[in-house]
Amino acid sequence: MLDDFFTRALVAGIGVALVAGPLGCFIVWRRMAYFGDTMAHSALLGVALAHLLNVNLAGGVFVVAALVAVALLLLQRRGSLSTDALLGILSHATLAVGLVMLAFMSWVRVDLMGFLFGDILAVTRADIVLIWLGGAAVLAALAFMWRPLLAATVSAEIAEAEGLQPERARIAFMLLMAAVIAIAMKVIGILLITSLLIIPAATARRFATTPEQMAVLAAVLGAVAVTGGLFGSLQWDTPSGPSIVVAALALFLASLLPLGSLARGTASGQGSPQ
Amino acid sequence: MVTKMQERTKRPEPLVTLAGAGVRRGGRWLVRGVDLAVRPGEIVTLIGPNGSGKSTTAKLATGVLAPDQGTVMRRPGLTVGYVPQKLAIDWTLPLTVSRLMRLSAPADDRTIAAALDETGIPHLAAAAVQALSGGEFQRALLARAILRRPDLLVLDEPVQGVDFAGEVALYDLIRAVRDRTGCAVLLISHDLHIVMAGTDTVICLNGHVCCSGTPETVAASPEYLKLFGAKAADSLAVYRHHHDHTHLPDGRVRHADGSVTDDCHPDDGHHDHGHDHAHGHDHHHDHSHGHDHAR
Repeated sequence: MLDDFFTRALVAGIGVALVAGPLGCFIVWRRMAYFGDTMAHSALLGVALAHLLNVNLAGGVFVVAALVAVALLLLQRRGSLSTDALLGILSHATLAVGLVMLAFMSWVRVDLMGFLFGDILAVTRADIVLIWLGGAAVLAALAFMWRPLLAATVSAEIAEAEGLQPERARIAFMLLMAAVIAIAMKVIGILLITSLLIIPAATARRFATTPEQMAVLAAVLGAVAVTGGLFGSLQWDTPSGPSIVVAALALFLASLLPLGSLARGTASGQGSPQ
Repeated sequence: MVTKMQERTKRPEPLVTLAGAGVRRGGRWLVRGVDLAVRPGEIVTLIGPNGSGKSTTAKLATGVLAPDQGTVMRRPGLTVGYVPQKLAIDWTLPLTVSRLMRLSAPADDRTIAAALDETGIPHLAAAAVQALSGGEFQRALLARAILRRPDLLVLDEPVQGVDFAGEVALYDLIRAVRDRTGCAVLLISHDLHIVMAGTDTVICLNGHVCCSGTPETVAASPEYLKLFGAKAADSLAVYRHHHDHTHLPDGRVRHADGSVTDDCHPDDGHHDHGHDHAHGHDHHHDHSHGHDHAR
């Protein structure tokens, strides 16, 4: 079954979406979209370093993304520049340094577009194993630290006073984000990873009444976006990564339609004139 | 009640004891030399101006901060329930009141219903927290803290964003919780007027302990007067006088003589005017009263 490149792409993409949805909810709740973007951009530096040191690509990306997160925490403590400005510096500096390093390494031939926008149709069986095993590990870790992480998201003060150690949860969450970026890079691309984290989560918000519902719904909506995007890409011969993001966007826009009030409107229209 | 009194005269072992405790950050003492003990069933209030180290002291007591000086002794296995100063929950986080109750520990539906009942918001269990008013949200936070059955309830300025009548009701509620569960309460406040009469021990902070003791002792101490000014001396009188009538949840008013009226009016004969004039320095009280009637 996995012989077909399209099936492999579908399996890999859905695997990434199932992990990205719940994690993306925390990114939305904690207002860390730009932070996620910065970690994702640093992945290109990870790619360059992995080629330079001849180590595993996903491993290199994970380590560099985690280091960028640590660097940000340390710079925040110094408190001289705002987090916003620090993110802007780190985000583009790591991307630019990665590009320059790759240009210097003339002996390495990399498909730059594939890294930036994803090359889901070149997904191998080994990639699928990495995505599903790595994704299962990330989801298990997220489930394990769900309560302290959610409590820290609602109020770090409460979590702290009641012994839930919010700082530990925060650092663990950053490592999970680095892991997701490392496994999702090939499918969706460095520049588009954040969208698969955020858009399904934002779409799920309208229909959820508890955080858990929103996480599950975001995973499902992400999988739907991947499926729709890939079929669209096959149909119209468009690039797969951007097509997935466009599908996610279409779902998000559809969630904004006032379907609920339309339904209520017709119901009251059929009722008494009052 | 008798047993409560006996318990209190026995002076049970403190849940938390700070001895000469201090915290130093960035080459500066946030607070130093703090001595305090919180015993079961006791309400201890920390008052002081902004930046006087109230929150830091509370963090020492809950174990969030380790002392750089002195010692902090906490009873092993101490359960803390915490009500933060203010809390803004982003709209993006879907959170109902009953889900909020399970935030830091699992809880079953009966426990949640009982806690919401006790804080007077049983009808809000399914409401989104973003839709609550300031007073309702503080009650929800209090319910969340007490359903953990804490040994120690820590409240950091729990009445911010709540109007005056709501403040009185919230402090009454905190006392009622203490009376029923026997938990200790560590309260942080900069509001002298309401806190004074309902607390067992007041600790007045300004980087160190200025003075401490019963509300009466503290109110009479020169350090307290220096810190808060002469107006502070009236805080006890203001509080007690204000209680000559209670605003009921449905908008009616119950007066000290037990009668209930639809409105609260100074000429309705229910207000104790003799008491009013007995206090020469009553400016604040007059003002707040006039405001009430204007509504």
